[in-house]
Amino acid sequence: MLNHITKTYNDGDIVAIDDFSLNVEKGELFGLIGPDGAGKTSIFRILTTLLLPDKGMATVVGYDVVKEYNAIRGCVGYMPGRFSLYQDLSVEENLTFFATVFGTTIQENYYLIKEIYEQIEPFKNRRAGKLSGGMKQKLALCCALIHKPEVLFLDEPTTGVDAVSRKEFWEMLKRLKAQGITILVSTPYMDEATLCDRIALMQAGKILSLDTPDNIVKAYPVNLYAFKDENIYTLQQNILANELTESCFPFGENLHVTLKDETDSSLQDLLKSLKERGHEQIEHQKITPVIEDCFIRLMKE
Amino acid sequence: MKQFFTFVRKEFYHVFRDPKTLLMLFGIPVVQIVLFGFALTNEIKNSKIVVADYAHDNASAEIINKIKASAYFDIQESLMSHEQIEEAFRSGKIKLAVVFPANFNNDLVHLNHAQIQVLADASDPNTATALTNYISSIVNDYQMALLKTQQIPYRIVPEFRMLYNPQLKGATNFVPGVMSLVMMLVCVMMTAVSIVREKELGTMEILLVSPFKPILVVISKAVPYLFLSLVNLTTILLLSVFLLDLPINGSILLLYAESSLFILTCLAVGLLISTKTDSQQAAMMMSLMGMMLPTLLFTGFLFPIENMPWPLQAISHFVPSRWYYIIVKSVMIKGLGISQIWKETLILFGMMLFFLGVSIKSFKIRLA
Repeated sequence: MLNHITKTYNDGDIVAIDDFSLNVEKGELFGLIGPDGAGKTSIFRILTTLLLPDKGMATVVGYDVVKEYNAIRGCVGYMPGRFSLYQDLSVEENLTFFATVFGTTIQENYYLIKEIYEQIEPFKNRRAGKLSGGMKQKLALCCALIHKPEVLFLDEPTTGVDAVSRKEFWEMLKRLKAQGITILVSTPYMDEATLCDRIALMQAGKILSLDTPDNIVKAYPVNLYAFKDENIYTLQQNILANELTESCFPFGENLHVTLKDETDSSLQDLLKSLKERGHEQIEHQKITPVIEDCFIRLMKE
Repeated sequence: MKQFFTFVRKEFYHVFRDPKTLLMLFGIPVVQIVLFGFALTNEIKNSKIVVADYAHDNASAEIINKIKASAYFDIQESLMSHEQIEEAFRSGKIKLAVVFPANFNNDLVHLNHAQIQVLADASDPNTATALTNYISSIVNDYQMALLKTQQIPYRIVPEFRMLYNPQLKGATNFVPGVMSLVMMLVCVMMTAVSIVREKELGTMEILLVSPFKPILVVISKAVPYLFLSLVNLTTILLLSVFLLDLPINGSILLLYAESSLFILTCLAVGLLISTKTDSQQAAMMMSLMGMMLPTLLFTGFLFPIENMPWPLQAISHFVPSRWYYIIVKSVMIKGLGISQIWKETLILFGMMLFFLGVSIKSFKIRLA
């Protein structure tokens, strides 16, 4: 879908997307994972024909984003990162409005949004501006879905939404995928990456890695250990000071550590030296990395 | 077509659900017209007038008593000289002076004919007319009363002089002026703000990523404001006819047609502003600064254009409200038909096409 796309802002001073190539299969749930400023929104806007790329070309459902933008606008659903519905219209009015603008009716594609809409239906006469964050997202999703798009673009749909709603949201996406809709979703949350079929880890407009979440984890090249002690701050200082350490960063209540030397003796040496420095209660275990570990490692390379 | 109507309905929802917009839309015209109207008319109450009675006879005393009985006047009796009266006018202390010449009663009884001089400060034309009308009706009353008791008809002729502004220019000028000002402000600001709001809220992003044509977005924005502006126009006309007693002498249909043309011009200007700005505040500032000042200065209802230096006169040709003002004055006050104002209409039409063309051309179908 994307081929060597480059997009710059401020006359080339800021490079948002740098020679970016990507191909998303039909019916796939694809995730763009990366921190703020990685270029996720710019990619979405190019694909939804809102921005023109400086270089390269991109197609959506076979249509060119520059020349055939009108055709694309008819067959994609787009949910921008910011809540972008009419705050002063009620839930139902918003939905009716977008259904009509996209040339359809609520009834026609109701089966698509039924499960989602039923959750917000009790509030259908409430103004959209007065909904909670999670309900706003559900309404926005309904509005993006109402014309039965072939491709759904969701720009950070779970940002600012509570954990339960996030979980529900991803379940909805899975069901939509089962209906045959191609979904491209972006998120800064690494833990959501495993819910996608394939993901692209992004940093500064470039792809760090593109694969299934499992493969990305499997591709983690070294052993990863979790260290734990009462005073995690001094522990991190001491591990970083040790010459055997390759990397060490806090992760939840643990420290994730990799070593320059993969041998067991190297690990024992590190533990020994840490105990000498007063870390008597130290716990350690070998763990399988998660996407965030992969991202941090790839970022440093 | 259904899309279009849904869009228009949505615009109405926006307007009617936002108290601020409603207030702006319907408050501004009412406040302006009432403010302008009463700033010019309401001062009749407690107007300071001077009565210089050089006659000191029964007849003059009686008339003065009648004037005194009125609640509208704050009377000061003094034997001022003409120079003193003029001085009082110039410093704005008095609005009207009534001068009874010596021998007023004598003239009346022996010649059957007497004169009163009434001087009014016509720089405030509405007040001046109202006051002089009042005085003349009092004098008429007295005449009628005399007629009943006397066989021979007496005639008292009040001689009016409107100081500073003998033609009473301005009395009827402000209604067309306010009309062009209000239309300009409301239409330009409303359209600009309502489109920029879609940008600011991010809804424009979704609208653009829809099969809905951008040009239709623009038109469906314009339709509700055209309609609401016509409602506004009706309010202004009703206020001016019933509250300010300013009749519409020409064809109402023509007036509405010309107003629609002007409103469309304003909507196009608003559209142009909206394509150039990204925040509601900027759009509002631009419409206020860019529209209010030129409209006030160059329309001709506050400052006569003929008195301006030629560069300013030249600029005034580019202000749409100037032409609309001429049209409204011609139709509403002079009662002229289209044959006399086709030139202005054509200019306005050209402006409308120009602004509409430029703004549609610069309307972005993408975000950047």
